[in-house]
Amino acid sequence: MQDVSSSAELTQLEEQIAQWREYLRRRRAINAPDVAELEDHLRGQVGELSNAGLASDEAFLIAVKRMGSLDALSLEFAREHTERLWKQLVIPADVDQSRAANRELLVVLLLAAFSAIAIKLPGLFGLDFERDEPFYARNLSLFVLPALAGYFAWKRKLDAITCVWLLLAFAGAGVIANGFPFSQPGDTALLTALHLPIALWLIVGVAYVGGAWFASGGRMNFVRFSGELFIYYVLIALGGVVLTAFTMMMFKAIGIEAAWFAEGWLVPCGAMAAVLVGSWLVEAKQSVIENMAPVLTRLFTPLFTLVLLVFLGTMVFTGRAIDVERDVLIAFDVLLALVVGLVLYAASARDVKAPPDIFDKLQLTLVVSALVVDAVALAAITSRISEFGFTPNRVAALGENLILLVNLAGTAWLYAQFLRRRGSFTALERWQIAYLPAYSLWAAMVAAVFPPLFGYR
Amino acid sequence: MELGKDLVAASATPLVLAILSEGDSYGYAIIKRVATLSDGHLQWTDGMLYPVLHRLERQGLVSMKWGVSESGRKRKYYRITKSGRLLLVTQQQQWRVVDETLRGIWIKACKT
Repeated sequence: MQDVSSSAELTQLEEQIAQWREYLRRRRAINAPDVAELEDHLRGQVGELSNAGLASDEAFLIAVKRMGSLDALSLEFAREHTERLWKQLVIPADVDQSRAANRELLVVLLLAAFSAIAIKLPGLFGLDFERDEPFYARNLSLFVLPALAGYFAWKRKLDAITCVWLLLAFAGAGVIANGFPFSQPGDTALLTALHLPIALWLIVGVAYVGGAWFASGGRMNFVRFSGELFIYYVLIALGGVVLTAFTMMMFKAIGIEAAWFAEGWLVPCGAMAAVLVGSWLVEAKQSVIENMAPVLTRLFTPLFTLVLLVFLGTMVFTGRAIDVERDVLIAFDVLLALVVGLVLYAASARDVKAPPDIFDKLQLTLVVSALVVDAVALAAITSRISEFGFTPNRVAALGENLILLVNLAGTAWLYAQFLRRRGSFTALERWQIAYLPAYSLWAAMVAAVFPPLFGYR
Repeated sequence: MELGKDLVAASATPLVLAILSEGDSYGYAIIKRVATLSDGHLQWTDGMLYPVLHRLERQGLVSMKWGVSESGRKRKYYRITKSGRLLLVTQQQQWRVVDETLRGIWIKACKT
């Protein structure tokens, strides 16, 4: 009888210790060897108290109490090991994790090499970066995005059926990019090249969320991922520019021209591989340091608001109308996309339950002023279109404008409701998230339907 | 009697070094030794010893080695280094000065 109860007590003690160890591990300032050391201490204390006649759960409680509170403890460790809070960028904390991380790194490097080879492969069949630029432009996303989707399919352990669907989507994109009889140089070819990546990004998103597109939190995480990847990519590209310049310079010093290597190998292969490495970095450092995209959003929301308000004020004051040039429509699309991005990333970092604050008012001002500016621009453009007729470029840009406009109108309405405390921020977030596929679906339509519709011109 | 926080913190380094100068030891044994030596007056929060040990290790005053406990688990042992011993000697002198100064004034206070 004694034995049975004591062995049950023992397993309970082990469970308690395991739980305590888990709590310790979550502290970033305390690493795995520290946890082992502290656990040894805890066991020593528990053992002695038990020998003194205490029940093991009582001994555990006292030992934990004597160890000190976790917060105070991790603060002390953080004081002594400040570097750990920074160093953990990609270095995992313990052996099991590091083995898994090594395997992941291997997969990422293989996939990066795969996409770097993919962009060089057409060269074997006599295609040239410069001469066949339209081909490369149309296929650019197809060299790298399947590898990226593959990475997430591997990491999230996607089931076979979802994988087949993803493959079919990429195959379809391949058919569109290479099967259509585009006339060169043509508007629709360029439109397809521009819109395929946006459409395929949704496919990457499906892989990112592990096939469960509608699961809670998944899509917002994908938005965060996209923003962080963009920032990482820009940083890697900056490094790449330095590397390229350095390579050229060094070889020039010994009288060897290295431009062919930089242009033909270093830049294209690096640009492809950087997408995968950047994605891996975003995945690896998740939650380790503060995300950048929301920080930039906070920084630029007031500035963009100011610029838009001054622009509107100037327009009213001077009475100047928008001069409808060829690229004006695109410029306003970019403006709206920027504003949507600012709203989206502000939402992604916001505590949903927090009450409205001054920043929310600023966001609403930004959205409303963007809407007004765009309404003015649309009026000007509509008259232009009714005068000169439809072209694929104009229809595509107009469609994008309308999609973003509807999003911002909905956002403005929900924001106003939220500020008047009639609605919740969750409603706004849900609206933004539910709207995500709209961009890719329109992009898919432009890429796939417009060329036949406008006769591949 | 509980000692003030500052005094505990200040005495931690010489105390740990002195205990390690008796022979290699590990965290729990050091805590136990402190408790016996001070008749339980010097109460450390157990966990706080480790950042102190890690600081001493970083400063090169102690060295660390993984060993095995009686129950066969991994255990971190600490050993005092040469510069640790040197520091201990200077600290002993410093504490003696403090001790003698305080003693001097307190004995005088008792006499008057």
